[in-house]
Amino acid sequence: MTMPKREPTKLVEVPSPNKIPERDIDKTPILECQHLGIDFGGLTAVNEFNMAIGRTEITGLIGPNGAGKTTVFNLLTKVYQPTRGTILLDGIDTHNMNTVQVNKAGIARTFQNIRLFSNLTVEDNVKLGLHNHIGYGMWSGIFRLPRYWKEEKVAHERAMELLSIFEMEDLANAKAGSLPYGAQRRLEIVRALATNPSLLLLDEPAAGMTPSETAELMENIVKIRDTFQIAVLLIEHDMSLVMGICEGICVLNFGQIIAKGTPDEIKNNPQVIEAYLGTKKEG
Amino acid sequence: MKTLSPGRKRLIDNSITYGIVIAAYIILQIMNAGGHMSPSLQGLLVPICAYITMAISLNLVVGISGELSLGHAGFMSVGAFSGVVASMSLQQAIPSGSIRLAVSMVVGALCAGVAGLIVGVPVLRLRGDYLAIVTLAFGEIIKNIINVLYVGVDQNGIHFSTANEMALNLEEGGMAILKGPMGVTSNVKLSSFTAGFILVMIALVVALNLINSRSGRAIMALRDNRIAAESVGIGATKYKLMAFVTSAVMAGAAGALYAMNFSSFAAKKFDFNTSILILVFVVLGGLGNIRGSVIAAALLYVLPELLRDFYDYRMLIYAVVLILVMLATNNPTIKGFFARFFRKEKEETAKGGAAQ
Repeated sequence: MTMPKREPTKLVEVPSPNKIPERDIDKTPILECQHLGIDFGGLTAVNEFNMAIGRTEITGLIGPNGAGKTTVFNLLTKVYQPTRGTILLDGIDTHNMNTVQVNKAGIARTFQNIRLFSNLTVEDNVKLGLHNHIGYGMWSGIFRLPRYWKEEKVAHERAMELLSIFEMEDLANAKAGSLPYGAQRRLEIVRALATNPSLLLLDEPAAGMTPSETAELMENIVKIRDTFQIAVLLIEHDMSLVMGICEGICVLNFGQIIAKGTPDEIKNNPQVIEAYLGTKKEG
Repeated sequence: MKTLSPGRKRLIDNSITYGIVIAAYIILQIMNAGGHMSPSLQGLLVPICAYITMAISLNLVVGISGELSLGHAGFMSVGAFSGVVASMSLQQAIPSGSIRLAVSMVVGALCAGVAGLIVGVPVLRLRGDYLAIVTLAFGEIIKNIINVLYVGVDQNGIHFSTANEMALNLEEGGMAILKGPMGVTSNVKLSSFTAGFILVMIALVVALNLINSRSGRAIMALRDNRIAAESVGIGATKYKLMAFVTSAVMAGAAGALYAMNFSSFAAKKFDFNTSILILVFVVLGGLGNIRGSVIAAALLYVLPELLRDFYDYRMLIYAVVLILVMLATNNPTIKGFFARFFRKEKEETAKGGAAQ
């Protein structure tokens, strides 16, 4: 892997037991979760989840299978309503928002099991991400008023621009469902980016990718962060990716955070090693 | 050869659809003028247009929006009866027949649209097959309401009653338009093939333009993956409702056109069987395929008429043809035979796929 060695970001404490990168300290964290939790019947899937993410931080959320990582994503995007705790998005409480409103407020996500609009073209998928930024309504569409032509042209150009991040402009006319696996994952990221988020949630973005594709993806995630100046929270099992680009890492086990810190701190944390490898049996 | 951009391809596709309808209209008009058309076929022209519009309308709900409606005849019925009431009560005010027809179609469309809104607002907020259940009930409820409804008009305005004709208390010179189970008995026929053709063209333009716009994309996205659509900020209820109400409006206009072709008709014409007949047009024409709906509706509606010579075996042949069509469209040999004509196009797509 040809990832250039990056200076590890220094994390600093913010009020509450959270840490965010030093450069973001002057601004409100983009996301703050306080005592977040959800129960499904008698099962506590996530409990006492506390986390803060800086404005331009790339954060990793890792943990063994079934630890509740995707559930956290579903809580943040309000696919599930939390049983307790608060989610502050840019300082605003999201407790009475639904999925659509959370997206408009600035969270965009991808899915672990890819959820594209597979019968539509790649370009249409991106345009659907741009949906709330295209300024014409039903009547302009039906009667093909000048507004329709103008806005569709702008949307087309914007879609192409976004697709160019992953060099996918050539595939614009292909059906999304016909794309190879890796391209579908990339398209999902482009679609999420099109909604103009301030926090991007990536659920296993490198799953099923080859090592070279993963390396390219790592560069692109950093590039996206740098160009759009947004925060990224990602779930990933590929440790080279997590250790390579994440500035802060949260480790989740049985629905609870067991460790938080820089990649180096996490690597050497005995609790993390225990969660992943188990304990040595005495005797 | 250069691959066509989807925009250009869509344009060609839509032009073919418009072309087919316009060509069919011209050919039928010439046949009609030359006297080459049997009176029974002539009588079918307006109903065909109404059913084509119904098929386009239902395809918006079933094919594009991905919700099942089993009571589309209910919206047709609302449009038909409100259209007739409008036309009959405006007889003095608007002497011109064609303007009255247009007004009655607009009134029918609006009334059906309101009915669609009433059904859609609560139901489309739910996930699952509730729309099918509720529209099924809606169709039956509308039929039963109209069966007990008496409507009359005199110089004081429109009178309603659910008891009998006498309860309308019409003044001298008043006229009962809708007589409960007997339905409408003295309607003035105003529909013409040209009016039907215009309605079909309007329905086509609205449907195709809606599909290829921001709203249409959102509707299809919700069909393909509701969770993903919501995650990119597309509200489900709004767009599902948009498709449903647009569809109801078209059904209402089609109902009014259909009604204005008969001097008498009753609510039982728009029953569950009619809803299913329209659904058959849509499914056979292809879900989400507007052109297919148009062709399937036209062919399947005239088929029983063309089979008049084999009267006794008519329904048998109809069923056999239906089965054959379904078999043929899934048969690889027959598909391969037709694919030869479209090979060029196929190769283009294959190349596009391989380029990845």
